[in-house]
Amino acid sequence: MIVLEHASVYYGAGSKRVAAVRDVSLRVAEGEAFGLVGESGSGKSTVLRAIAGLIPHAQGVVRLAGHDMGARRPTESRRMAQMVFQDPYGSLHPNQTVDQTLSMPIAIHKLGDADRRVPAALAEVGLGREHRFRYPHQLSGGQRQRVAIARALILQPRILLLDEPTSALDVSVQAEILNLLTRLRRELGLTMLMVSHDLAVIAHLCERIGVMSGGELLETTTANALAAGNVSHPYTQALLRSNQGFDASGVTG
Amino acid sequence: MTDTLLSVRNLRVVYPGDDGDFHAVRDVSFTLGRERLGIVGESGSGKSTTGRAIMGLVAAPGRITADEMRLGDLDLTRMNEAGFRKLRGKRIAMVLQDPKYSLDPVMTVGDQIAETHRQHVNAGRKAARHAALEMLEAVQIRDPERVYGLYPHQVSGGMGQRVMIAMMLIAGPDILIADEPTSALDVTVQTQVLAIMDNLVRSRGMGLILVSHNLHLVSSFCDRVLVMYAGRVLETCAAGDLANAKHPYTRGLLAALPELGHRRAELPQLQRDPAWLEGPL
Repeated sequence: MIVLEHASVYYGAGSKRVAAVRDVSLRVAEGEAFGLVGESGSGKSTVLRAIAGLIPHAQGVVRLAGHDMGARRPTESRRMAQMVFQDPYGSLHPNQTVDQTLSMPIAIHKLGDADRRVPAALAEVGLGREHRFRYPHQLSGGQRQRVAIARALILQPRILLLDEPTSALDVSVQAEILNLLTRLRRELGLTMLMVSHDLAVIAHLCERIGVMSGGELLETTTANALAAGNVSHPYTQALLRSNQGFDASGVTG
Repeated sequence: MTDTLLSVRNLRVVYPGDDGDFHAVRDVSFTLGRERLGIVGESGSGKSTTGRAIMGLVAAPGRITADEMRLGDLDLTRMNEAGFRKLRGKRIAMVLQDPKYSLDPVMTVGDQIAETHRQHVNAGRKAARHAALEMLEAVQIRDPERVYGLYPHQVSGGMGQRVMIAMMLIAGPDILIADEPTSALDVTVQTQVLAIMDNLVRSRGMGLILVSHNLHLVSSFCDRVLVMYAGRVLETCAAGDLANAKHPYTRGLLAALPELGHRRAELPQLQRDPAWLEGPL
């Protein structure tokens, strides 16, 4: 469903050019959930953005559902991959109601029938009709993230790109959102690519996990191997340790 | 716990509102010795407000009342703003979540640390600079001379937080309140920053209050934990026993955490009981 072949993404030009993603290859099968972990600046969010078409990739191939993605994408292929961002307070327009937020993509993609689609999308993420005409500030953090997911789902994408979808949420709300994502994946057969700092969260949702550092994909492992502590790369090991809480013995200098 | 640094009894913080008063902190009592005390809870549970109230940092129209709030020989309930200002930094210090916002962007980090030193100790410029460099070394910054002259935007998050810790500890406070000190940092840097803080707090015999939403972190780092919900302390337990917590709220939070190596099709969701808001503790 998602294929990257030797994909690279650069920011800036000339002497200031930075390779944010270098020569990354990965494939995600239809209906699979793939996780990306790595430190800040490792390029994991950039990979998501390149797949979503928010930034052009400079080299290599990005192929979604068998179609090569060029620098300019037709509206139809943009519809296929939709993204959910970390902080729903930042990603929802504060001056637009939930109804406006959800109607916008329908208008852009000329799907029509907004009056049926909007309540259906809200129901899908567990929100009621009463939330339809509210503004983001009238919703809780968990409800806002549900709206952001509904915004992505309303276009009936086949790929859902999740950039730290629960890290701005409380533990109890995180559980609700993770359960929602599990259910949506099962019911809609979505392919998911998720970025997170939290290994437990990513291992909960994803079968295969890629570890990134310095713009490169260091290794690809499975949730089970991770749980067994069976990882080869030093960075992955460090990540695994810090996810198990505070341990002063593991700290040097 | 041999001696008590801070004792708080029935601390309340109230914000008046149009629809009646909002009780952000309700009857919170605890004591702090030379130990590491964790306060956990969800957003809005009053954990940060509790930390701020101890430092007198609740802005009007918010009101702080307490039956007792005692720092060593000082009665904080009778303290005015001028008194608190002398206290902050010198007796109690606070490290906040994001160093990007808590450091002055137009002053070098070294000068900021030196300024704190001169504020509390009668020292000349040279002595203050020397003290700041020593403190930077204490938080394990490799090249203190170079870092002294950097501006906050030139240092990384982990380094910024170490600068923050240096600034907070230079006046030798008895208590350090760390409010989500590592949440804005990369996972691999978090442990390092915590270890530096832990070492300094231990070697100086200070008391530490760690405010965090991260249950794993608090249970592995602290000695004791207070669990807060809707402004109340629901449960106090030894940090090592957090896994065996009794209160249904704490148990619910722990169950809702995804676990490596223990994959469940569905995570149990927290069912909130209105009785937690009232009822005896």
